[in-house]
Amino acid sequence: MKVDEIKVCILRMEGTNCEQETYDAFKRLGASPEFVHLKQLEGRDTLDGERRSLQDFHILMFPGGFSAGDYIRAGAIFAARLKASVAGDLVRFIDEGKAIGGFCNGFQLMVELGILPAFDCTMAAQPQAVLHANDSGRFECRPTVLKHVNEGKCVWTSGSKKGELRYIPCAHAEGKFMLPHESQEKEDALYHRLFDEDRVVFQFSDPSGDTSAQYPFNPNGSRFNIAGITNDLGTVFGMMPHPERVFFRNTHPDWYRRRIGSEEGDGRAIFRSVLDYVVRKF
Amino acid sequence: MFIVEVKVGLKKGVSDPEGANTHKSLELLGFKEVASVKYLKVYRMEISAPNEAVARERVEDMCRKLLINPVVHTHEIVFL
Repeated sequence: MKVDEIKVCILRMEGTNCEQETYDAFKRLGASPEFVHLKQLEGRDTLDGERRSLQDFHILMFPGGFSAGDYIRAGAIFAARLKASVAGDLVRFIDEGKAIGGFCNGFQLMVELGILPAFDCTMAAQPQAVLHANDSGRFECRPTVLKHVNEGKCVWTSGSKKGELRYIPCAHAEGKFMLPHESQEKEDALYHRLFDEDRVVFQFSDPSGDTSAQYPFNPNGSRFNIAGITNDLGTVFGMMPHPERVFFRNTHPDWYRRRIGSEEGDGRAIFRSVLDYVVRKF
Repeated sequence: MFIVEVKVGLKKGVSDPEGANTHKSLELLGFKEVASVKYLKVYRMEISAPNEAVARERVEDMCRKLLINPVVHTHEIVFL
């Protein structure tokens, strides 16, 4: 498949933002993105020709921002409506090896939806994790340093080397990644499983690459500084920071002072990697 | 018609920054007697159902599908 044949569904609903940057990222790399409203998948309030099916696309993107006011919990309403209307299509989409990505609110809704971390399943009946309120109790909106720690499973970061540092901004109030705590032993085992199965993709770090660095380098208090994970196939990927906001170098906060790197921003490789994957796969 | 409250709280050990910050603010305002503050959400709804058992079952389903995340939340259903 050629890049321009790759159809990307940029899914949105009331309150979504960051969808334009996400659309632009894929468009600038030569793919064919399309904004799709949730109602177009649900078949609700749509005119002839507006109805869409997930099967029309190769990549599904959940943009960041907010959804439905983030009432109840961030991403919960978006996830519940998706699950009620297209759960079967979503499972088929994932099982076919197609790619799903979510940043910030997108990651929150993927966790609520049960497609991340998705232990022993494609989509869990109930959430297996949560993105809980930041330990600081505040909305944290600023640059963060991410260390790429994936060994190669995640198709969204296959173009990055393990150990690379990326400067990508965060903007969230609920980003503390947590797994169930039935007992300390069981919780520890789940975290170890994520690492052992190469499902942790990004960890927050300090500029030296220390992934045990605490607040403010870890903006939300996630255990092990987890910032992004993937499913067992490596195709479903969510992260709290916003790579779509650093597609170009000049949207980095200190690009002029530091004069670092090329024209490419630290987020671009994520979009390029998943497009490369789809070209190879389909 | 039943009036039902769903109280959603946090499981023991889960961080509660809203509760902690409220507690701190109350202390700063001079309410030194406050030993702890926990943040809860309460949803009050009117439900039509043939009986309380059916109403409770429907509300439990709402909790599973939307209102709680079992990783961090507890919930209590109260009929008023």
